[in-house]
Amino acid sequence: MTRRGYEGVVVAVPVTVPYARYSIRSAHWWLARSLSALLKESGLKKADIDGFTISSFTLQPDTAIGLTQHLGIAPRWLDHIPLGGASGVVALRRAARAVQAGDASVVACLGGDTNHVDSFRLTLANFSQFARDAVYPYGAGGPNASFAFLTEHYMRASGATREDFGKLCVAQRANALKFPHALFKKPLSMQEYLAARPIAEPLHLFDCVMPCAGAEGFLVLSEEKAKALKIPYARILGTIERHNAFSEDPIQLRGGWVLDRDELYAQAGAGPAEMDFAQVYDDYPVISMMQLEDLGFCAKNEGPAFVRKHGFTHDGSFPLNTSGGQLSVGQAGAAGGFLGLVEAIRQLTGAAGGRQVKDAQLGLASGFGMINFDRGLCSAAAILST
Amino acid sequence: MLRTRLPTLPPGARSRAALGLTAAAALGRFELQQCADCGAVQYPPREACHRCLSVRLPWKKQSGEGELLTQTVLHHSNDLFFRERLPWRLGLVRLDCGPTVVAHLHESVKKRVSVRAMLDRAGQAVLAAAPEKEAVNMAEDRQLREFTCDPKFRKVLVTDGKTAVGQALIRSFIEAKADLIWVGHAEPWKKFPGFDEIAKLPQVTLLPLDVTDSKSVREVAAEIGGKVDILVNNAEFHRAFGIANRAGVETARSEMDVNYFGLLRLAQEFAPVMRARGADGQSSAVAWVNLLSIYALANFPAHGTFSASKAAAHSLAQCLRAEMRPAGVRVINAFPGPIDDEWNQLTPPPKLAPDALAKSVLRALQDGIEDLYPGDVAQEWLERWRDNPKALERELSA
Repeated sequence: MTRRGYEGVVVAVPVTVPYARYSIRSAHWWLARSLSALLKESGLKKADIDGFTISSFTLQPDTAIGLTQHLGIAPRWLDHIPLGGASGVVALRRAARAVQAGDASVVACLGGDTNHVDSFRLTLANFSQFARDAVYPYGAGGPNASFAFLTEHYMRASGATREDFGKLCVAQRANALKFPHALFKKPLSMQEYLAARPIAEPLHLFDCVMPCAGAEGFLVLSEEKAKALKIPYARILGTIERHNAFSEDPIQLRGGWVLDRDELYAQAGAGPAEMDFAQVYDDYPVISMMQLEDLGFCAKNEGPAFVRKHGFTHDGSFPLNTSGGQLSVGQAGAAGGFLGLVEAIRQLTGAAGGRQVKDAQLGLASGFGMINFDRGLCSAAAILST
Repeated sequence: MLRTRLPTLPPGARSRAALGLTAAAALGRFELQQCADCGAVQYPPREACHRCLSVRLPWKKQSGEGELLTQTVLHHSNDLFFRERLPWRLGLVRLDCGPTVVAHLHESVKKRVSVRAMLDRAGQAVLAAAPEKEAVNMAEDRQLREFTCDPKFRKVLVTDGKTAVGQALIRSFIEAKADLIWVGHAEPWKKFPGFDEIAKLPQVTLLPLDVTDSKSVREVAAEIGGKVDILVNNAEFHRAFGIANRAGVETARSEMDVNYFGLLRLAQEFAPVMRARGADGQSSAVAWVNLLSIYALANFPAHGTFSASKAAAHSLAQCLRAEMRPAGVRVINAFPGPIDDEWNQLTPPPKLAPDALAKSVLRALQDGIEDLYPGDVAQEWLERWRDNPKALERELSA
């Protein structure tokens, strides 16, 4: 049975609550700001929104249900999506089906987290049972250590060099300088990238995402309703998600996108070469390169050659992470799983300001999440169009 | 720095499933869950088999051999213990038996490795990879030394130097290059075989110490307590017989006074200061060794009151272990079978030679073992006891 498309359903109102390195507020504050921004931008009232998805690491002891009372909302459709970096795309595809089926008419998808001075350490120490039992007691390096493993292995397998990863980081910083909400405001040179201090070899400072507080959000609704509200929107052409793929691989060599990408492009009716931009999950540059391969922009282990061939700024030959990505904007917990998708909506609704990709018609946003033990378990991707 | 560094511990939280690894590591074994239905070996520990969903997941011995897939050197850590010990090297190892594991790495590790489970300073099991088929000294590796209690360069107190076991312990610590050994001796007016030779050893300093006398214990602790890195309490009072063979409680009281209250007195005086020195440089306070008995697990009626005193000491040693854990000082319990000494004269062989017991204690310190059952009798009793404690009780009363 072929999957149904998303005809008649659109995504709109990309919002970012300006990030902060640290915040004394709780996650509830950040998610409330995100909902407020959605209402303000759309002209809708709280009661008009009858569906919600919530993604957050630091909302505990609450989940989505606690937030309904906290924010005084009475949705008829509610989902808590604790999938980290895959949360945004997964929220989109679930909300789209709810709207399509009539279970909800307007769904607000929110992702956000706070960051107290010590909350990142606590999140790491209790990230998962496997992390607590079998990773955190080994140096407590957190995701830096996990991605150091993946990076070192990938470098040997593909011949990638530090300069290749640096090229992505430097280009994303250039993009971030044109995104007002990015926490990083200074240009980054290749020389500075290479000279940075080691964190977990072979990772150095600018390979590692910076934890911060922030929130993102968007609305999923019918095209008809979006038109009536006179808000710009993007269409959903195809989506995929996959969890715990390739568990027999001894180390993460690929993500679940490999299993599902043919279906993604078939559903969208467009291939990787037709994308005008890509927003990939980028807490560490190795995973950006792995997504370029696994989503079919180049063959396996040809990421380095692809990187050497292209320019990645918004006006380059392959516009990538045009708002600066998490590496230059900051990683606001689960909001990191929304950042790329929200930027994709901006690009396709002509709202990307000085970093607008020229004639952007078609774009891809992907997510990756949850290093439960030795590898990321969640992969997701969506193709959107004007 | 004028202040003695305070002890920090590596992250010690574990799920109940993961404590299976700790249970094996405490005995110096490397075991993983192996599905009783489909045979899959899995790690990290789970509540169900990841292949067939069986919940019959016994812990089975594994070889630990595998291949290092990748490694990193941490220059940053979110945890105080590791922050104080950076840089820290770790790797991902694919075990030949199946799973991929995160492991601390021995400095000379290359491609093929042998993974073992060791207790870390928090008392929880961690995996460490050493070069395969190569005898390596864990205690001389900067990282893995953190998981051992090697007496090399350390100061040791042996509470009773007059017994054959005490003298064997002293000799093995000297061989292991302990810095110095304080040797306790109660009743200095009595002569014991071998004691004069021990007294002449250059590393040995004699101290009058009577564990039944609170004042004596307090005085010795005041004099050397702040310097003892490893305390070995081998003071023991042992008489045969159970309840019916002897009138009154005097012998049983003496057994309790040495074997139980002796430990309590030592613990009250020495444990606080050892706890304070849990991170005192390269030769910090690291271990407390108790000479218990396999009879602590199940009463041996022919030595019934002695068994009871060792059971009491075992229980107290568990309390001491809990109190020493926050400082990273390991409490090691030795559960020997009958030792080949005068108090077991009428016990038929096999009996444990004092030298063999001393070597097991040394190995436990060096390999990071927490509970040792040296000798064939102890091993067999342990197996019988783990299999069915009630059966062992009936067998011993026959």
